[in-house]
Amino acid sequence: MLLALAVIGVVYAALSPETGRAEATVSASVKDVTEGKRLFDQSCASCHGLNAEGTKTGPSLIGVGAAAVDFQVGTGRMPAANPGAQMPRKRPVFDDQQTKALAAYVASLGGGPAIPSKEQVDPATGDAALGQSLFITNCAQCHNFAGGGGALTGGKKAPDLHETTPSHIYSAMITGPQAMPVFNDTTVTPEQKRAIIAYIVETREEPNPGGFGLDRLGPVSEGLVGWVVGLGLIVAAAVWITAKQREND
Amino acid sequence: MTTPPTPKALGGVGTYIDDRFHSARFAGVNLRKVFPNHWSFMLGEIALYSFIIILLSGTFLTFWFNPSMHEVVYDGSYTKLHGVTMSQAYESTLRISFDVRGGLLMRQVHHWAALIFIAAMFVHMLRVFFTGAFRKPRELNWLIGATLLILGFVEGLLGYSLPDDLLSGMGLRIAEGVLLSIPVVGTYLMFFLFGGEFPGHDIIPRFFTLHVLLIPGIMLALVVAHFMILWHQKHTQYPGKGKKESNVIGTPMYPAFAVKAGAFFFFVFGVTALLGAFAQINPVWLYGPFTPAAISSGSQPDFYMGWLEGSLRVFPAWEINAFGYTLALSVLIPALGIPGLVFTPLIIWPFLEQWVTGDKRQHHVVDRPRNAPVRTAFGMSGVTLYGLLWLAGANDVISERLDVPLYGTTWFFRFALILGPIIAFIVTKRICLGLQRRDAAAASHGYESGIIKQLPSGEFIEVHQLLTEDAETVAVAKKEVPALAAAVDGDGVPSPGSRSMMGRVRSRLHNFVVKDDIPVGEPHGNGHGDGHGGRPELGEAEAEERKELRH
Ligand code: HEC
Ligand code: HEC
Ligand code: HEM
Repeated sequence: MLLALAVIGVVYAALSPETGRAEATVSASVKDVTEGKRLFDQSCASCHGLNAEGTKTGPSLIGVGAAAVDFQVGTGRMPAANPGAQMPRKRPVFDDQQTKALAAYVASLGGGPAIPSKEQVDPATGDAALGQSLFITNCAQCHNFAGGGGALTGGKKAPDLHETTPSHIYSAMITGPQAMPVFNDTTVTPEQKRAIIAYIVETREEPNPGGFGLDRLGPVSEGLVGWVVGLGLIVAAAVWITAKQREND
Repeated sequence: MTTPPTPKALGGVGTYIDDRFHSARFAGVNLRKVFPNHWSFMLGEIALYSFIIILLSGTFLTFWFNPSMHEVVYDGSYTKLHGVTMSQAYESTLRISFDVRGGLLMRQVHHWAALIFIAAMFVHMLRVFFTGAFRKPRELNWLIGATLLILGFVEGLLGYSLPDDLLSGMGLRIAEGVLLSIPVVGTYLMFFLFGGEFPGHDIIPRFFTLHVLLIPGIMLALVVAHFMILWHQKHTQYPGKGKKESNVIGTPMYPAFAVKAGAFFFFVFGVTALLGAFAQINPVWLYGPFTPAAISSGSQPDFYMGWLEGSLRVFPAWEINAFGYTLALSVLIPALGIPGLVFTPLIIWPFLEQWVTGDKRQHHVVDRPRNAPVRTAFGMSGVTLYGLLWLAGANDVISERLDVPLYGTTWFFRFALILGPIIAFIVTKRICLGLQRRDAAAASHGYESGIIKQLPSGEFIEVHQLLTEDAETVAVAKKEVPALAAAVDGDGVPSPGSRSMMGRVRSRLHNFVVKDDIPVGEPHGNGHGDGHGGRPELGEAEAEERKELRH
């Protein structure tokens, strides 16, 4: 919990506090927008077009909103290196200030969801029990019951949620990156989103009361351990006992 | 071994019991029962010991487990789920895990022991299969064993369903789908089992009764029968010096075997307890209570059911629509047809083999797997099929962990499931025949010692060393498959049996089994042949003769 709060703190220290609720209002300074435009022309325009209108190699970004940019750039997915089935998560290229500028620029082109506020994503105020049932019904089919991730069709996969910041979890839900559906505020209310975040964060931080968690993979890793460690050790003992006995015969 | 004098008090008790039950004679015979020493003969013991652990830990769980679908709101120690509505079955599983002292340990021990139990039955069965230990007179014990394995699967599936968590609910959902796919009676069966619509309120209490009472009861009875038959028929043994069809060479029951078995029990217990204490299994609190609306990626059954999951996953989505009904072949074939395909040969194998080979002899010395190439190859293709199905059941995890496309794995398994067993058959048979040839060569010329000698003529030869007596008995241990009763009698008239359809099938199969046979090795060229279907075992006189030859 403390760790999560610390992470949120770091993320938000750099982000402007005036980024409002998840509405299409953008209150970024003109300076941010100009700086954002400059960075965009440098790193993004080759794929997304000079005015973010889209090209053959990248979709239009008009109306995707600041949240989409913050998620894509903040998780290192953008700028994409080479288009594949799916852009992998990697170390972000831009720092928080630059990310904010890019977000401000894209938002200035035509609204879209804003970056969520600190309170909106605060796991400490979310209802984890509610989050559990929402997560199981909305997210687990792709991301697995414990947020461990899973394979999807067409060479894509739903990533694990072990590292994602609360803010990025929120953004992922409102923007629906790639194969993930959009969970807008009517299907999953902001309150419910916070509950989901609380559930994800609490689950990944709680210790495994039963010992080693075996990656929380479920029956597959359990079966493997049962055979290799369980039966393996016992059979080794059988071999050893018989060998000892032969020596003594 | 000298026995220390029995303390007086003990002696008194002994006499008391003996006067009433004549137990001394019984004990005298049974304590001297002999057990051959080979590690692979201990695999069945693992299954027995883990079964005992399961019974004990399961009994502990019944004290707290509440098999009810009645809904309650959780307010136990696992605060994250406070306020969640769940069945009492799930709630009591959480209570066992977080509020009952030693409860989580017992749950984990129970579950790990279940995995080890079934895995041990598997390897035990493979040992029996590949060594031909199921042959006459032990066919009945093979049947009992196969039944135990299948009951073990069922028992595990039932147990897996009891906690009513997300994964167990999904297991039930699949079971429901399988029942529904059965033509004509499917819907009726489903309603009968679940007591109404899925999931209903009856299924957990019913499964509970089956899981803790009926099936363990049957299994216990079968285990006892299994051991009584084993005791009566005595153990098989591997070929070796002095080992005959008529004797058993090994350790007497008391004291050596008893000590060994006791130590081994504690080892099995120790490993299970360590796993239970340090490796988390079935963390139902992470899965959450079952809700019919939810599914999760990475939801697999326990490993022993994985192959059925696999067959469901890779089977194409075929169905037949006729007369307003849908026949879901995509469920019916993989969930009922494939198990039939695996279990039927498994159950009837001893009888099938006896029918094909016409081998009605008693066997107490087991086969080396290489000496029955067709059987071994068949077994390996079964293992391959099972293993591939099992992997296919985890295809999403494989795809996720190894970064390969999901559809790719599906197609890979579709081909592999057909080609894999065939390749395994061919390769295994080749290897077996190769090994047989090597044995035959070693028996007649000795083995290559690796010592190079220069002859006076300057020529280099490798010294062949004769096998030790023990190794030689092993090398010539192969028993030839007897010929079928002549298909044609003296006047050239085909016998009625061989003309029938079955007769022709039988002689084809027989031919398939014997056609690549390598003749039994002839002990360093003394001209001893064994072509008349008799035992390769040598008479006393012959053995003497061979010993002399060795000097
Ligand atoms: C190599 C080409 C390439 C470059 C360079 C690139 N993008 Fe993208 N971008 C894409 C593609 C392709 C997608 C579609 C992503 C997908 O489907 O996974 C995308 C998607 C996005 C989205 C999500 C759109 C949505 O509908 O939610 C955002 C936001 C975005 N890019 C922002 C940027 C920014 C900001 C930069 C510069 C820092 C950038 N991209 C650089 C190719 C590129
Ligand atoms: C249909 C499958 C699907 C469902 C349902 C789904 N997701 Fe996703 N999710 C994805 C995919 C695919 C990605 C990866 C997108 C990408 O790489 O561009 C993703 C990415 C994410 C990420 C970003 C992870 C990271 O660190 O990069 C988060 C957070 C996330 N999802 C949360 C959720 C939550 C919360 C829900 C439920 C409300 C949910 N997802 C439901 C498929 C899904
Ligand atoms: C012989 C084979 C048996 C197998 C393979 C087996 C397997 C299982 C499995 C896999 C579970 C799920 C447990 C979990 O992870 O929580 C389970 C639960 C349970 N088993 Fe068994 N079991 C066997 C015998 C028994 C017996 C003999 C009893 C009782 C006398 C028993 C009592 C229980 C109870 C009460 C539960 C539910 C408790 C819980 O889920 O925590 N089992 N069993």
